Amino acid sequence: MIWNKQMECLPRKQLEQIQIERLQSTLNRAYKNVPFYQQIFEQNRIIPEKIRSVADLAHIPFTTKENLRDNYPYGMFAVPLRDIVRIHASSGTTGMPIVVGYSANDMRHWAEVVARIMTAGGVSKEDIVQIAFNYGLFTGGFGLHHGAETMGATVIPASSGNSRRQIMIMKDYRTTALVCTPSYALYLAEVMGEMEITKGQLALRVGLFGGEPWSESMREEIERKLGLSATDNYGLSEIMGPGVAGECQEKDGLHIAEDHFIAEIIDPDTGQVLPYGEQGELVLTTLTKEALPMIRYRTHDITRLNPEPCRCGRTHVRMERVRDRTDDMLIVRGVNVYPSQVESVLTEIEGTSPHYQIIVDRKGALDELEILVEVKEGFFFDEMKRLRSFKEKVEEKMESALGISARIKLVEPKTLERTQGKTQRVVDRRKQR
Amino acid sequence: MLTIRNLEAYYGAIQALKGVSLHVLPEEIVCLIGANGAGKSTLLHAISGLVPLAKGEITLDGVSLIGRSPEEIVSLGISQVPEGRQIFTPLTVLENLELGAYQRFRRERRRQISREIERIFQLFPVLKERRSQPAGTLSGGEQQMLVIGRALMSKPKLLLLDEPSMGLAPIVAKEILQIIRDLRESGTTILLVEQNAKMALSLADRGYVLETGKIILEGETSELLQNREVKRAYLGKGRKGFLEE
Repeated sequence: MIWNKQMECLPRKQLEQIQIERLQSTLNRAYKNVPFYQQIFEQNRIIPEKIRSVADLAHIPFTTKENLRDNYPYGMFAVPLRDIVRIHASSGTTGMPIVVGYSANDMRHWAEVVARIMTAGGVSKEDIVQIAFNYGLFTGGFGLHHGAETMGATVIPASSGNSRRQIMIMKDYRTTALVCTPSYALYLAEVMGEMEITKGQLALRVGLFGGEPWSESMREEIERKLGLSATDNYGLSEIMGPGVAGECQEKDGLHIAEDHFIAEIIDPDTGQVLPYGEQGELVLTTLTKEALPMIRYRTHDITRLNPEPCRCGRTHVRMERVRDRTDDMLIVRGVNVYPSQVESVLTEIEGTSPHYQIIVDRKGALDELEILVEVKEGFFFDEMKRLRSFKEKVEEKMESALGISARIKLVEPKTLERTQGKTQRVVDRRKQR
Repeated sequence: MLTIRNLEAYYGAIQALKGVSLHVLPEEIVCLIGANGAGKSTLLHAISGLVPLAKGEITLDGVSLIGRSPEEIVSLGISQVPEGRQIFTPLTVLENLELGAYQRFRRERRRQISREIERIFQLFPVLKERRSQPAGTLSGGEQQMLVIGRALMSKPKLLLLDEPSMGLAPIVAKEILQIIRDLRESGTTILLVEQNAKMALSLADRGYVLETGKIILEGETSELLQNREVKRAYLGKGRKGFLEE
């Protein structure tokens, strides 16, 4: 099934016309309403009306997460605050989050693109959709919720956590569609085992999983253990949230909603645009966003684009599933974590040198985050009470900064392994498996 | 049907259009809203071939219109209803309508043209009543009907309407509005320019907002009506409403 056949199956030539029209109006609005873009355009002597084709986008500099941070919280908004109907936030590279805003029309478009990926993933209005993403500042929960509701499906806003209750809801409320991160889906399967509930006792039919990279073998495992058809979807708060792209039943790449976003692949080192088929960093430009237009936003996600027509009939390009990033961002239990966030928490706390190591591992189906912190010489290792209260303080601050809990382990000075004088900051054991 | 890319046009020394791109699909009503001097009429004139030195691309069903004469463009299927009800006042209503078929007159028989006139009379019965009257004696609304009727005489694929409600009493403007709706029902594709944004947005399927020669917003009219910037700038609230926004 296709949610919006007219737009999703638009002949490429018509799509291109819509893209150039929307790109031009986005550039004109950004130039007019966002001082940051006005400055960038003027510094680089770019006149918005000289952008005559999608390919001309290459003349415009990139927008980065740092730009959003520098303009924290509302500096990049293109409409007055009174026109904003929703605020969400996403983790920044340091302590400061990234704030994103939506106008009434943005909310409508968001629901529309989510309805598309849900339909592509096999959800229909007859389905009972359990959304086990966090409802809050994070765009996941509410974003997927609006899309499912727009479709006319029955939505259960279960939110994240409390796995036994999730399974009880799935079983008793006859949930047919599960929406969460892929690792959480596997974890639920594990808990089902503990509760002695079999997939046969559930009514699950389809699952939409996103928020973190996952593999083909993980898909098979989820499908086998939960008895459903699993599809991948992609999105990021800076651009909109979930709904940017999603797999169809062919399960061979994620269709990007190209009437709302322009996708480019660049060489992350040179910034050069790469042709279709080549692997590089995904760069996205919004075409319909009113509140927070983003022009050439660097996602740091590594993928490639496939323009070949898809057997499902959709004409929008497909991006390969994201496996890697160009920066050091980690995704732990669906939450984005930057080593720099950890560092800024540690430097804030007296008594710690910035030598630390982040260890991410997967115990069973769940990600675990451990942070080894090297303390300074003369630290009170012999005083248990002080030691424990210090550790708790770090854990508490870390959780409030990262949005997820981390186990803190204090180690003696100069015990962390150093290569050429530098500590290896991140050890991701999930990748070694 | 109609596709425009990066259109630039000058109105004297002033650049009235700065890289405008838009499209109109078959059987759609698309409106163009914007303040006085935004470039709305210039855009229609450029499509009709009335603006020399227009740059960019304008195509109708794949045929380029740039550099063609207004007569050629009319025979390709575009007919413009000019702003301000420009009729030939001393000529009769019937003569005015016949002039609308000027392009076809040589090619087709008179009988076909009479049939066309009958169709226009069905659409606008009041014109039939006044067929022998000099056009200048018609009321404002009737004159507007006559200009639209005259434009339809060339059997256009695409009708360009320039400010059809201008200078008409509200009740008459409403009547014209209904006529435009009927035209769409009968399958005519329309590009409408209106200063009365409320009327245009209630009538059209999609719209573009033109500001100093550039398009700053586009979308379905239901979305444009939701956009607070459009509300503030073009939907002219009363003072109370304005303060509340």
